[in-house]
Amino acid sequence: MMKMLVPLAAVIVLIIVSLAGVEAAGLEAVFGIVIPYLAFIIFVAGMIWRVIDWGKSPVPFRIPTTCGQQQSLPWIKQDKLENPSTCTQTFARMILEVFFFRSLFRNLKTELHDGKVVYGSDKWLWLFAIVFHYSFLVVFIRHIRFFVGDVPDVIHILEALDSFFQVGVPLVYITGLTLTAGVLFLFLRRIVIPQVRYISLPADYFPLFLIFAIAITGILMRYFTKVDVVAVKNLTMGLVTLNPQIPQGIGSIFYVHLFLVCTLFIYFPFSKLVHMGGVFLSPTRNLANNSRMERHVNPWNYPVKVHSYEEYEHEFKDKMKKAGIPVEKE
Amino acid sequence: MAKFTKKPKDLIADIDYSKTPSTDWMDTPVEFKEHTFCWGAKGKNLEIVGFPNARDWSPAEEDWKLPHDWENTVMDAIKDRLSKYRSFKLFMDICVRCGACADKCHFYIGSGDPKNMPVLRAELFRSIYRRYFTAPGRIFGRLAGARELTLQVLKEWWYYFYQCTECRRCSVFCPYGIDTAEITMMVREFTNLLGLNTDWISGPVANCYIKGNHLGLEPHTIKSSIEFFLDDIETITGIRIEPSFNRKGAEILFVTPSGDLFADPGTYTCMGYLMLFHELGLDYTWSTYASEGGNFGFFTSNEMAKRLNYKIYAEAKRLGVKFIIGGECGHMWRVIHQYMDTWNGPADFLEVPKSPITGTVFENAKTTKMIHITEFTADLIRNNKLKLDPSRNDNLIVTYHDSCNTSRGMGLLEEPRYIIKNVCNHFYEMPEDTIREKTFCCGSGTGLNAGENMELRMRGGLPRAMAVKYVKEKYGVNMLANVCAIDRATLSTLMDYYNPGVRVTGVHELVANALVMKGEKPRETNLRQEPLPGKEGA
Repeated sequence: MMKMLVPLAAVIVLIIVSLAGVEAAGLEAVFGIVIPYLAFIIFVAGMIWRVIDWGKSPVPFRIPTTCGQQQSLPWIKQDKLENPSTCTQTFARMILEVFFFRSLFRNLKTELHDGKVVYGSDKWLWLFAIVFHYSFLVVFIRHIRFFVGDVPDVIHILEALDSFFQVGVPLVYITGLTLTAGVLFLFLRRIVIPQVRYISLPADYFPLFLIFAIAITGILMRYFTKVDVVAVKNLTMGLVTLNPQIPQGIGSIFYVHLFLVCTLFIYFPFSKLVHMGGVFLSPTRNLANNSRMERHVNPWNYPVKVHSYEEYEHEFKDKMKKAGIPVEKE
Repeated sequence: MAKFTKKPKDLIADIDYSKTPSTDWMDTPVEFKEHTFCWGAKGKNLEIVGFPNARDWSPAEEDWKLPHDWENTVMDAIKDRLSKYRSFKLFMDICVRCGACADKCHFYIGSGDPKNMPVLRAELFRSIYRRYFTAPGRIFGRLAGARELTLQVLKEWWYYFYQCTECRRCSVFCPYGIDTAEITMMVREFTNLLGLNTDWISGPVANCYIKGNHLGLEPHTIKSSIEFFLDDIETITGIRIEPSFNRKGAEILFVTPSGDLFADPGTYTCMGYLMLFHELGLDYTWSTYASEGGNFGFFTSNEMAKRLNYKIYAEAKRLGVKFIIGGECGHMWRVIHQYMDTWNGPADFLEVPKSPITGTVFENAKTTKMIHITEFTADLIRNNKLKLDPSRNDNLIVTYHDSCNTSRGMGLLEEPRYIIKNVCNHFYEMPEDTIREKTFCCGSGTGLNAGENMELRMRGGLPRAMAVKYVKEKYGVNMLANVCAIDRATLSTLMDYYNPGVRVTGVHELVANALVMKGEKPRETNLRQEPLPGKEGA
């Protein structure tokens, strides 16, 4: 329980801090300017540091996990996507992993029925992972409109698609809802499935609560407690043009939303969320299975102590000769 | 210790996936249960290869006779390996604990012990990594999933990382390709720095280092073992085969796991190689020095694995062969395929393997210059170079078990199947979620095929046994084929436990049964000297 309550309390504290900071202490400049800049810098620097840090460790061996037929004899059909042997094929495999969560799609459920182990297809995690990540991506892209002067056409198109059902005023964005649903599903499976509950850490609940709070504050702002969107854009454009300003009359809820987003940015490089970058570097996926075709070099390969043939022959010479096995030194 | 007598029914009755301990895993101390762990390494075996802290010890005893500063040794080693292996470092950082791997591990499926879920197995180590190597872990401690390194933790590592067979099934399902095998290998390295290996691993390692093979067969014994097979082959076929040993100038060096020389049913596979090569008139030699294809060093440390693997190229060079053929083995092929050339290459003194029979050039092995015998044989059959009579295997209803390493660390899936379908008339696949890249371990890989950990082995082998049971009941399967020396030994035990009546065979035993050899007498029996189908009354 504590594993869940502590991160929940943390998110509540974050909300109170930002609310009190703006409403009681009048620290709009801190929450609207200083922290966003700080968050941005920490995120960018943090992620660069992460990737460099991973990159500093070499890949001594070529260890792809092969999930299909290897390239061997020409008449045996190779599974080029699941067991790639060239760069292009590996690139295609990575596309499937990164954009379609290929490996998660394989997911199975293992159960015991009457003393028998049975396997069933289990695509729910894959489905909600896709829903969650793509919704987040669309929401993220939609927000670019706050950081550019003239909103590009692609964003208008995306918004049109996202509000395809033409419901409500202002029009309801589908991804706002699916993002929230995705987070809720990921949270529920964590507490409902006993194994997943058992392995969960506070660090698994915190980002879920945080993202949930971000989504909810966003939805509140858009549909319920309206904020002055023009003023918001003045603030965000001020940040982008390095000419920061705090327009009057933006509702406090905006600062709460912004502060939570900043927290996510700051938290990102130091948490499991770095899987976003790490997935590209995974040696079991991003290497071609060609280790018998092309030599892979280990930069730290070093000479080792071996038991040489000469020593072996020296030790077993008599037995070898007696058994008629040829020796080097008669 | 009492003999392991638990019945399969009772063993399965223990499993309940929905049950988790009432205490958090960090507060649940490791319990060394009888029949679930291996004996400790003997000092003399560690000494032979120069491993540290060589002394006799027992995991069941309280005092593990550790060096006084063992914590520092472990810390230094962790730091070192993090800087050497991107896989290790990355897999520490990017797990999101989604749990997709949880029910993919054969040890979890067979035990229901949450610490056998790959994610939690990794967390046993990751919690230490966080505490000493990440800022949040140092600052927030347990709240950040971190904990202190204590003797209890070390014991827990030992218990659970010698309960992982590095089969990589979890890594197939992980959305980031996190491979528990990489983590197990590292933690096993750390335990080896403290002299904490098992007798069943360190004995073979010492043997292999000095004598060239895990079983410790000396040169004359290797020859006499094979001569014993030759007598049997002569009885069965009327043909006397004369293989050569350590012969300079041979075209091909043949290396196979020493298990094939020692115990049934591996010995029949070995007879299969001998008969096939003889029939082809292959210019090849055995080596008594490089007399081991497998590599138990791989279950201790990267360095030890390299030291043992060294012999194969060294011997190929000394004998002046053109290329190498490797026998049927699982982890051997992970090592040959993904490690050998990097460790001990380049093998520029060898030539790109070219079948002297068919002329096929094995481009897929053009740098390592070593091919798998099923690649070689599949090519022979495809080119009609073998006269085969599959009806000689008609009493066998065969299914095929993919080895973990050849499927997930190589992708050798169709070659053995193609051969089996050409030498047997009755072949049925196990359910698709249990074969190919989703294959299940025999439960006894990575040196866990000892006797004292029988319950663990039977639990780990449960998913494989259940899949065999399925095809046994549905199609009457009575023979489990595979391309792994450890499988041949361990699956036999597993079948006797869960599926009595199902026997185990290597692919080349089936080949040799079906192989019509020039000048052979009419065959009455198979390689096991049992009557061939239709000859029962003879």
